[in-house]
Amino acid sequence: MKVLVPIKRVVDYNVKVRVKADNSGVELANVKMAMNPFCEIAVEEAVRLKEKGVVTEIVAVTIGSKAAQEQLRTAMALGADRSILIETEEDAQPLAIAKALKAIVEKEQPQLVILGKQAIDGDNSQTGQMLAALTGMGQGTFASEVVVDGDKVKVTREVDGGFQTVELKLPAVITTDLRLNEPRYASLPNIMKAKKKPLDTVSAADLGVDFTPRTKTLKVEAPAARSAGIKVASVEELVSKLKNEAKVI
Amino acid sequence: MGILVYAEHDNSTIKGATLNVVTAAAQIGGDITVLVAGKGCGAAAEAAAKIAGVSKVLVADNDAYGHQLAENVADLIAELGKDYSHILIPATTTGKNFAPRVAALLDAEQISEIITVESADTFKRPIYAGNAIATVQSSDSVKVITVRATGFDAAAAEGGSASVEAVDVAKDAGVSSFVSEELAKSDRPELTAAKIVISGGRGMQNGDNFEMLYKVADKLGAAVGASRAAVDAGFVPNDMQVGQTGKIVAPQLYIAVGISGAIQHLAGMKDSKVIVAINKDEEAPIFQVSDYGLVADLFEAVPELEKQI
Ligand SMILES: Cc1cc2nc3c(=O)[nH]c(=O)nc-3n(C[C@H](O)[C@H](O)[C@H](O)COP(=O)(O)OP(=O)(O)OC[C@H]3O[C@@H](n4cnc5c(N)ncnc54)[C@H](O)[C@@H]3O)c2cc1C
Repeated sequence: MKVLVPIKRVVDYNVKVRVKADNSGVELANVKMAMNPFCEIAVEEAVRLKEKGVVTEIVAVTIGSKAAQEQLRTAMALGADRSILIETEEDAQPLAIAKALKAIVEKEQPQLVILGKQAIDGDNSQTGQMLAALTGMGQGTFASEVVVDGDKVKVTREVDGGFQTVELKLPAVITTDLRLNEPRYASLPNIMKAKKKPLDTVSAADLGVDFTPRTKTLKVEAPAARSAGIKVASVEELVSKLKNEAKVI
Repeated sequence: MGILVYAEHDNSTIKGATLNVVTAAAQIGGDITVLVAGKGCGAAAEAAAKIAGVSKVLVADNDAYGHQLAENVADLIAELGKDYSHILIPATTTGKNFAPRVAALLDAEQISEIITVESADTFKRPIYAGNAIATVQSSDSVKVITVRATGFDAAAAEGGSASVEAVDVAKDAGVSSFVSEELAKSDRPELTAAKIVISGGRGMQNGDNFEMLYKVADKLGAAVGASRAAVDAGFVPNDMQVGQTGKIVAPQLYIAVGISGAIQHLAGMKDSKVIVAINKDEEAPIFQVSDYGLVADLFEAVPELEKQI
């Protein structure tokens, strides 16, 4: 069966972002970009399912500028067979992204769509669920284990209280949590091979989706800064400060 | 119009986060209706009717909603929600699971994890693991919003007297079913509701050593949390993870033990009132956000702390 893996190009998770002086957003010029960590886990899961013989083809897709080709090449170096760039310069929001992905789902007819549970830039955690709603598919979000069994998939989900397992009819949407797997690194030969794998580009207009955001970002500010406090010399001093100064114990 | 609040519950009691969402609804302004969807959830509905500020409780009691399957709950809320200006949902794993589904069904762009209400259409929300705060304005006619509990005080659980009305809408999408669940049992307070939280990181070295933190916690009436590294290493279960992708806590006192202070961890605890860090590395970034830092070996400091409190 075929798996579709939507991925996102984001600021690398090690970068501490800075807010722009005019409060219009965060500084993205000359900042290291990478594949969203949860998307790497999604690619890895698809590759493992292919290695197990459950999956026959992995298609990676992203919505973004030309620069996002870099992340599609990474996905192909990790094991995706081909990829699709839906090109737009707009700051596309999850609903529009889900609509574009729906168009791809209709064309490609995958049995599984595996996405990250959230992108670490907007921290929205919406796209997978929205795609599932628009296509009428079942969803297994925040997955820590995925077991495909015939025309069904069992997904164990990380929830506030522990774990919940649900069974979904295929086709289905899965969003990945951190402990689903540990993504591999791309080997040099695979990076070279990925350069020759097919990468198609389609425009937003081709899909008939309007990427103009409906939610306006009025401003972006730095959070209230916490100033570093003091160092205490001993446990005794710590306890005394907590009792008498902070009055929290 | 009015505001529809989704109540998180276990069929008999209302979960705390619901009360914070009611406060967010009150700040937006308008009649507040609370939806209790579940199976055998009459007691939860009665509890919801007592929340101060709530004017109506809708109860959807049906097998289809028993395990809060996203497909079924979203269909229900999307149908009921059309008549409201705002749909407010707690940003718990339950709420985050189905809320975007509701939004997509209503063709609305969801606003995730608001921390303030600026006006009926404008909200603040953290982005980039809380390293930036965005003020966003929605133009959707029905606004679908998840609410981060730490951003709002809890509404009073008692004092209201809302009417309770049954809704006879059974939505079973038929694409998913519940198999099982494994819920952690603990006598300690819930992480997100505790006044004091003590968390351990990779520095704890193994699960047995968390016993030291449990002892301190029991003396202080605290909850115990962990960093991702401690969870990934298998020291403690996943429901204890604090951070960008775990739980968001803002207690009166947060004690970080053997935790370096990665931005993803800070995202989950830096709004705590008082932060204490115990770490043997005086350069650890956690000291940059802590009110009281103790540079020490945790294996000496934590037992000592237990003795002195
Ligand atoms: C997408 C993404 C999401 C993430 N989400 C989260 C999240 O939600 N929550 C989270 O916590 N992390 C998260 N992380 C991981 C995060 O980046 C860090 O890797 C993690 O928080 C580190 O955990 P730690 O501080 O316990 O371990 P380390 O960074 O290894 O720190 C251990 C600390 O213990 C100290 N120590 C060791 N021994 C002792 C001793 N005997 N006495 C005193 N101190 C000692 C050391 O000095 C060190 O500072 C995420 C990462 C990514 C990429």
